[in-house]
Amino acid sequence: MTILIVIVAIALIALAGYLMGRQRAELMAASSVIHSRPGYHGAFIAMWSLIAGFAILLFWLIFEPAISRWLLISWLPAAQQALPESELNLVITNILNQLSSGISIGTLSPEEVAAGERYQGFRDAASWIMIFVAVAIALAAGWLAMRQLSAGFRARNRVERIVRVAMIVASTIAILTTFGIVFSLLFEAMRFFTRVPFFDFLFGTAWSPQTAIRADQVGGSGEFGAIPLIAGTLLITFIAMCIAVPIGLFSAIYMSEYAGPRMRSYAKPLLEILAGIPTVVYGFFAVLVMAPFFRNLGDSLGIPVSSESALAAGVVMGIMIIPFVSSLSDDVMNAVPQTLRDGALALGATKSETVKQVVLPAALPGIVGAVLLAVSRAIGETMIVVMAAGLAANLTANPLEAVTTITVQIATLLVGDQEFDSAKTLSAFALGLLLFTVTLALNFFALRIVQRYREKYD
Amino acid sequence: MTDTSLDRGAESLVKPDLSAARIRKRHRAEFRFKAYGLFAIAVAVAFLTLFLGTIIVRGIPGFFQTYVLLDVDIAPEVADPSGAGTPDSVRRGNYSVLLRDALLQDFPDASGRTERRDLANILSPIARFNLQDEVVADPSLVGQQVQEWFLMSDDADRFFKGITTADMPADQRRLTDQQVAWLQALEAEGKVETRFDWNFFTVGNSAEPEAAGMGAAIVGSLLTMMVMLILCVPVGVLAAIYLEEFAPKNKITDIIEININNLAAVPSIVFGLLGLAVFLSFFGLPRSAPLVGGIVLALMTLPTIIITTRAALKAVPPSIREGAVALGASKLQSVTHHVLPLALPGILTGTIIGLAQALGETAPLLLIGMFAFVQEAPNGILDTATVIPVQIYSWADQAERAYEAKTSAAIMVLLFFLISMNAVAVLLRRRFERRW
Repeated sequence: MTILIVIVAIALIALAGYLMGRQRAELMAASSVIHSRPGYHGAFIAMWSLIAGFAILLFWLIFEPAISRWLLISWLPAAQQALPESELNLVITNILNQLSSGISIGTLSPEEVAAGERYQGFRDAASWIMIFVAVAIALAAGWLAMRQLSAGFRARNRVERIVRVAMIVASTIAILTTFGIVFSLLFEAMRFFTRVPFFDFLFGTAWSPQTAIRADQVGGSGEFGAIPLIAGTLLITFIAMCIAVPIGLFSAIYMSEYAGPRMRSYAKPLLEILAGIPTVVYGFFAVLVMAPFFRNLGDSLGIPVSSESALAAGVVMGIMIIPFVSSLSDDVMNAVPQTLRDGALALGATKSETVKQVVLPAALPGIVGAVLLAVSRAIGETMIVVMAAGLAANLTANPLEAVTTITVQIATLLVGDQEFDSAKTLSAFALGLLLFTVTLALNFFALRIVQRYREKYD
Repeated sequence: MTDTSLDRGAESLVKPDLSAARIRKRHRAEFRFKAYGLFAIAVAVAFLTLFLGTIIVRGIPGFFQTYVLLDVDIAPEVADPSGAGTPDSVRRGNYSVLLRDALLQDFPDASGRTERRDLANILSPIARFNLQDEVVADPSLVGQQVQEWFLMSDDADRFFKGITTADMPADQRRLTDQQVAWLQALEAEGKVETRFDWNFFTVGNSAEPEAAGMGAAIVGSLLTMMVMLILCVPVGVLAAIYLEEFAPKNKITDIIEININNLAAVPSIVFGLLGLAVFLSFFGLPRSAPLVGGIVLALMTLPTIIITTRAALKAVPPSIREGAVALGASKLQSVTHHVLPLALPGILTGTIIGLAQALGETAPLLLIGMFAFVQEAPNGILDTATVIPVQIYSWADQAERAYEAKTSAAIMVLLFFLISMNAVAVLLRRRFERRW
């Protein structure tokens, strides 16, 4: 609520600043020649109000919770302040719940109630102070900007500089995201590797991420060997590729070499629908149709097929990836110059011979890149395998058995409440790091190949 | 000239069949190759048809619910044990007994505990809350007789929809023979009706499949998408304009560009890990909130928006920019006044495609706790919420068979949203596409 008030207030100040600045510039324009059009004078004021106001808001949003919490702790009795971190957290959560919903575990001590009330009072006061400070700063910034206005003031250049800075900031957000991913994964994975040695993780052959609740529990040590997960991921990816590559590639060949414009205009969007279907829907389809189908087929042939077989998940994932392979290879084949085809046809080759002996070899690097991208996509796919593949880590190459994958484990380890220090939770970040590294390497090479290939014929 | 043609003629006289056979073979190979291509497309389209067909066939029953007409005697001693007649006192009434008695009126021969329990079980456990709400809202109903439609249980519902039938084994249809007889009797009396279930679009999740709806998930999705759009579109468009129009060609821009391309291919679940580690655990934002979901999806969709916006900007010919600059516009003016309006349809198309991608995304949202049981639609971006695909996932995970139809129905709603968004994108492209 507070935040909404501040945003509306700052926006109103900026609007007022814009109108005033424009009016002043119009007045100046009546008597002399001004450098920039009046709108820029207004925009200059509005921008400074916005920047100053939102900077205060952002500052408050980032630091207020930590300061309030620190104050709340300092208001608690000394005995409670000395409690270990986890118990202190419980006390604080209890007080906060009492404040927000009136529900608490047990009754709070008078000191706790008093601290809670002071805390609430401080937060209320702080939010009002913040509103006034933000409004005041926005007004001040607008006023300072207004004082600079004059006929010769280069408002347009100043506004353009601000916009340019905003654009640069916007384009670094993608970089910041990458840094955020890398550092958060590395940080949590490092904490994991202090408990489980790196090589045990990478080369261990057993995965059962159960950690003991009591120290004397049987089998509670937990085993964190990623090999079964990697093997399971590769098995499912391999099955998916066996479906996606031939179907995708042949559709692409037909689409780019044989199909007329009419056929293309129908078939291409149809294939693209496959790419647009959410993966959770594919997962449901795998559970509902594919898994029973393979199980019944196996039953009638007398072969036991697990109801969470790698085959069902892999086939459905393959279907999902078909449009990926087909549209990328289609692009690549279209980029092969027509002259190469004409040359082959002029020498008497049939169309299929042209495709097999001229177009495909010329497009091969691009197709390899497309397949690598598809592989990375299959490795990182989550919902299909979460729903259709198993949870138990079997080290097997039999597609009829249930296997589990890296993404399945990440999702199952992190869905629901988790404590942030257990090896179980942290192992998900180590798996995430593994996944990120592998897919990044695949993408990087695939993109390089595709790019270099494109340049070759440009 | 004559000599050579004679030579050729002589050669073809020696082995005439061979070349004709080779040509036939090559043409057969040609035909086969072409057939493989057609077959591949046919397989893909067949999968798509199977896919949509299954979802539609299984999903349509999910939009309907079965109700039964009952004459309920709201006996004062049961509905209002204390006799005060206030909303508070009638709230304490035992409404399951009232409903059971109403059913016993129709079937007086049901005797014994098991049989009476079975009889009561053809109604949904939710029915008694509906009756309770009604009496609490109007306590004067106590002592009267009302005739009303009540929600039936999921098993009875499936029976009336023909998913289970009377000749199935009892454990498969999850109804006893006696229950089936009752249901058939009720149907014969015309007291059963299967209607379109508008509640499906308005109410939240429920522990009972017959009362579960996706209203809360739809609101959650809307809020999440709103947060995503507010964050993602301005940033994405600004970044694209900078990279396409202003950025100098140097190492740093190259790195940004490679980075964006790679980010577009990072598995979505990794963004969930980012959200969990950075926004939930480091910044302490609330779990399960549309705010965090929106931020995570915005970061995930950002590369898509940047890439499509750049493509749209690139499609505007340089002569437009040169014309503007020649007339005295600054670089930024030439972009905002001329290039951007021309690229707008392309940017909108890209935004819609990114939005559709985010709307169907599940995995990262699971990790930031949007896999919550949400009964009430969220009131704001900090409330506990779920979104449509996550709702689909949680229903698909349920053991009760009745959720299967609900899941398929929810998928149909999601696909409806996605298809309409894509249709808008296609229309925009068709309507405003300009060839230069």
